Amino acid sequence: MEHRERSKKSITLKRLWVYISEYRLTLLIIMTLNIAANMLMLTGPYLAGKAMGTLGSGPGQVDFDKLIYYCVLMVIMYLSSSILSYFIARMMIRYSQKIIVNMRRDVFNKFLSLPVDYFDKNQTGELLSRITYDVDTINTSLSNDVIAVSTSVVTVIGSLIMMLAISPVLILVFAVTVPMSFLFTKFITGRTRPLFRKRSVKLGKMNAYMEEMISGHMTIKSYNRENNVVSKFDEKNDEAVKAYYKSEFMSGVVGPSINFINNISLTLIGLFGTIMFMNGRINIDAISSFVLYSRKFAGPINAVANVIGELQSALAAADRVFSLLDEDNEPADPSDAVELAEVKGEIEFRNIYFEYEKDNPIITNFSFTAKPGSVTAIVGPTGAGKTTIVNLLMRYYDPQKGRIFIDGKDVTKIRRNSLRKAFTMVLQETWLFNGTISENIGYAKKDPSDEEIREAAKSAKIDKFISKLPDGYNTLITDDGLNISSGQKQLITIARALLAEAKLLILDEATSNVDTRTEVQIRKAMLELMSGKTCFVIAHRLSTIKNADNILVVKGGNIVEQGTHDELIAGNGFYKEMFEAQFMEI
Amino acid sequence: MGKLLKYIKPYILMMSLGFVIKFAATILDLVIPWVLAYMIDEIAPLKDMNKILFWGAVMAVSAIAALGSNIGANTMAAKVSSKITRKIRHDLFSKTMNLSSRQIDMFTIPSLVSRLSSDTYITHRMLGMMQRIGVRAPLLLIGGIIITMIIDIHLSLVLISILPFIAFFVYLISAKGIPLFGKLQKSVDRLVNVVRENITGIRVIKALSKGDHEKERFTQFNQGSALREIKARTTMAATQPLMNFLINLGLVLVIIAGAFRINAGISKPGVIIAFMTYFVLILNSMLNITRIFVMYSKGYASFNRINEVLESPDEIITGPEDIIQSDHHISFDRVSFSYNKKEPDLQDITFYIGHGQTLGIIGDTGSGKSSIIKLLMRLYDVDEGSIRIDGRNIKSFRKEELYPKFGTVFQGDVLFADTIAGNIDLDRELDHDMIERSTFLAQADEFVNSLDELHEHRLTSKGSNISGGQKQRILISRAIAGDPEILILDDSSSALDYKTEYELRKALNKEMSKTTTIIIAQRISSVMNADKILVVDDGRSIGLGSHAELMTSCEVYKDMYNIQLGVN
Repeated sequence: MEHRERSKKSITLKRLWVYISEYRLTLLIIMTLNIAANMLMLTGPYLAGKAMGTLGSGPGQVDFDKLIYYCVLMVIMYLSSSILSYFIARMMIRYSQKIIVNMRRDVFNKFLSLPVDYFDKNQTGELLSRITYDVDTINTSLSNDVIAVSTSVVTVIGSLIMMLAISPVLILVFAVTVPMSFLFTKFITGRTRPLFRKRSVKLGKMNAYMEEMISGHMTIKSYNRENNVVSKFDEKNDEAVKAYYKSEFMSGVVGPSINFINNISLTLIGLFGTIMFMNGRINIDAISSFVLYSRKFAGPINAVANVIGELQSALAAADRVFSLLDEDNEPADPSDAVELAEVKGEIEFRNIYFEYEKDNPIITNFSFTAKPGSVTAIVGPTGAGKTTIVNLLMRYYDPQKGRIFIDGKDVTKIRRNSLRKAFTMVLQETWLFNGTISENIGYAKKDPSDEEIREAAKSAKIDKFISKLPDGYNTLITDDGLNISSGQKQLITIARALLAEAKLLILDEATSNVDTRTEVQIRKAMLELMSGKTCFVIAHRLSTIKNADNILVVKGGNIVEQGTHDELIAGNGFYKEMFEAQFMEI
Repeated sequence: MGKLLKYIKPYILMMSLGFVIKFAATILDLVIPWVLAYMIDEIAPLKDMNKILFWGAVMAVSAIAALGSNIGANTMAAKVSSKITRKIRHDLFSKTMNLSSRQIDMFTIPSLVSRLSSDTYITHRMLGMMQRIGVRAPLLLIGGIIITMIIDIHLSLVLISILPFIAFFVYLISAKGIPLFGKLQKSVDRLVNVVRENITGIRVIKALSKGDHEKERFTQFNQGSALREIKARTTMAATQPLMNFLINLGLVLVIIAGAFRINAGISKPGVIIAFMTYFVLILNSMLNITRIFVMYSKGYASFNRINEVLESPDEIITGPEDIIQSDHHISFDRVSFSYNKKEPDLQDITFYIGHGQTLGIIGDTGSGKSSIIKLLMRLYDVDEGSIRIDGRNIKSFRKEELYPKFGTVFQGDVLFADTIAGNIDLDRELDHDMIERSTFLAQADEFVNSLDELHEHRLTSKGSNISGGQKQRILISRAIAGDPEILILDDSSSALDYKTEYELRKALNKEMSKTTTIIIAQRISSVMNADKILVVDDGRSIGLGSHAELMTSCEVYKDMYNIQLGVN
């Protein structure tokens, strides 16, 4: 376990280094300039000493010319080192932002290559927490700690050399205390790391809950559940705060402890120094300057110890970021996968078996062939697996058994991108993004013209509504589309689909939120949308599917009936029962 | 900032205790080098082993005491900041849950999410850091200044004269920096928004192969947020070098002033040398104070964002008693409403329903059907007219009285990451019998019984592991489980097939006959058996009556009927 922990740590560091080293030249320049700025700073006391030398030993002996000379030098030196360090800080900020931008980009790109079921299983708030909190934690640490460490290294090395020159014997004290600091730090980081990881996890959980509840605020309100939700949130908040406290407590121990070890070395130096002095092996001046340098030596070690706490939190956050990046992608297309060009539109399902959760099959044995240009309607009771068929067609999920063919080609042998491009989809759950209406309509097409967008909107009978808005097509659709009803949203997605150029079409409850009169009005548009395409239509409104070439009645994961509307009505089966239900009086 | 002080106040005693401990620790830290100097200068020449060991022991004891008190102070700081953060977060979340829907629309959900996560976190960090170095640094600064004043008051005044300049610049920079950090947090909102959109729309994005486009879109926001951060932080980055320069400039002035004084025979070189030793102390503590300032600016900007939410007024206020004599259960009297207060969304809506009656609402997409429900449930307040339940204006109900009357399924309502039973119960502590009965009535029993863990089956967030129809049936179970006085179903059976819906209607009719029901639907079949049907068009009522009445009086309704049921 411990071994695994350690190897994981080194892997995290290595992967972090990959990001850091992408701009290693910049980093090198920053480090070098930083050393230069520090050395420039160190000339300050030297010049001050020189300036003091001009004061003489009594009244009237001050050499003002020289004094002014040194003072001017000092001002120039401080000014230039300040300017230099300002520029270093700027560079450092830019540098760390570059890394963070890359990291965020990678996390985001990862989201897009994850399989759909990852999002079905994980909470939005938790995922958001990774791209915000975790990445930010790394950001904070990067921008503060790198400079702190590089500054410290300079001072430590410098003072070590000076001390070595004064007394190689006294330095033995450090042979005890430095490893002590080292071991202690190692011990404590071993402890803090899991705490920081826990802190990230707990914060993620709290964020997930909070996001879910804010998204469902109307429901919470309508059941007057605010207080319960708040008290549940409190539990999660408590845990997050506790985890934060524990990690902060541990890292709050580091600074004082290292400080303690330094104080102990001072004590030892004092003791041994005076004893050595008694034996006549060292003089007082030498002890004094040794102490002075050892104080200088201690400062940065302290600083580094404090940085370690931050670094631990960054590493824990990096762990979470990397473990997300390590999630399995949608399986890669096999190397012999082909582009799906020139789609004719024949689709065949052959002996499909599928389950989302183990031993809970949704589809047990499904076989069916749709001819090019045909309209297939899928009906059946809810939960019968209608939407699953869409999931399989689009390869959001793959069946456990059986195969699907398009124009005779096994879909698993087709590049996913080209497969999905062959479909146009209008779903029940409309998805619009924060952008103008025209951007939302034109989303499916590369560089659509304003004309095209307008035409599509007209066909979808939404042009009138849009034109009435103060900003027309440039109206921003915000968040949850406050002034746009679900039905209007659906019309916008239909307009979007009209612009897509694909041979295969899926309509999953595409007009469920659209009122019947509007539906009649857009029927022409829908027919246009469907013409020449192989269509799969899932709908409850039987009027929408009456004209389908083939109606599949799905129940319990199998096709129980199949045929045209008239055939099925004549067949006097389940379909007829469903159809008649809508006319039934209670 | 006053608001933050209010949060700090209850812990002021604990915080002060922490400060005292930190103070002691700082003193101890200063004692050790002093003892060391004493040992070397005074004790060593005596060559007395016992004394040497004694003073060595004094150092060791001080070191241990310093260790203890430093850890104690840090722990105290961590504890206090944790407690304050917990309270802030609690208040913020609780306030957020109590915001009116209009306010949530205004703040937007992603922004509220990032205020609760990112901003509270930054505030937490600020609180911790300010306590940890916020005492030591000013303490050392003041101590250093006092000592220099003791050494030579005149020279000290030269140094002190620099301080107003420093204060001025720090003020200037942070006055510039705070709004920049505020802007940075705003760009974090936008970033959160894009990511959230991509997570919810992943199917569409994949279907349209828009991955690259989305990556590009994200890049804009990613870069945008980075630029904001660069701007805010580079502005703040000027603080430290500027302070460093000004203080050192002060030192140069001290040397020059000292030189004149020495030349005049008022002062000695030794004084200036001593001065310089303490000067380093002052400089270091000043630098630490700048660090606090940067953190403070960032924290202040974040707390401002939190405070914006905390201070937004309560919009849903219980009004004065307003009851009229009425036999109607629910009545809308000339109600008008607009979301943006410009174009009306509902105009002059009037209808009444009696106890146990059913009202169907039907109308075109975007005609304002759902808005009627949102007004009835007081998620928004009417602009004109009044809504009454049993003659009592809904504005005069406390929310604890109003909401338990309802069982509602909104359009696109949500399920939470919880068990099925938990989703139905929503912590109302309903009997299990009631939950079972509700699933039975909602036609969900067959599906629930097919699951291994029955009602204990866990749903994923937003119910993504069950089908649309199953979701709707669980939502309906939730609405009827509490045996509400008023049941509202807003387009909540659209994913059900006709047969299931028929069974549902039959069950509700039989078992919930005392419940007043409002059904909003697209399907005529869902509403045609209602006692009254309201036909809405473009925010106006264009028909109200039974199915039979409307078939003769309302052209639009008749059209709908003919289209849907295929009678031409």
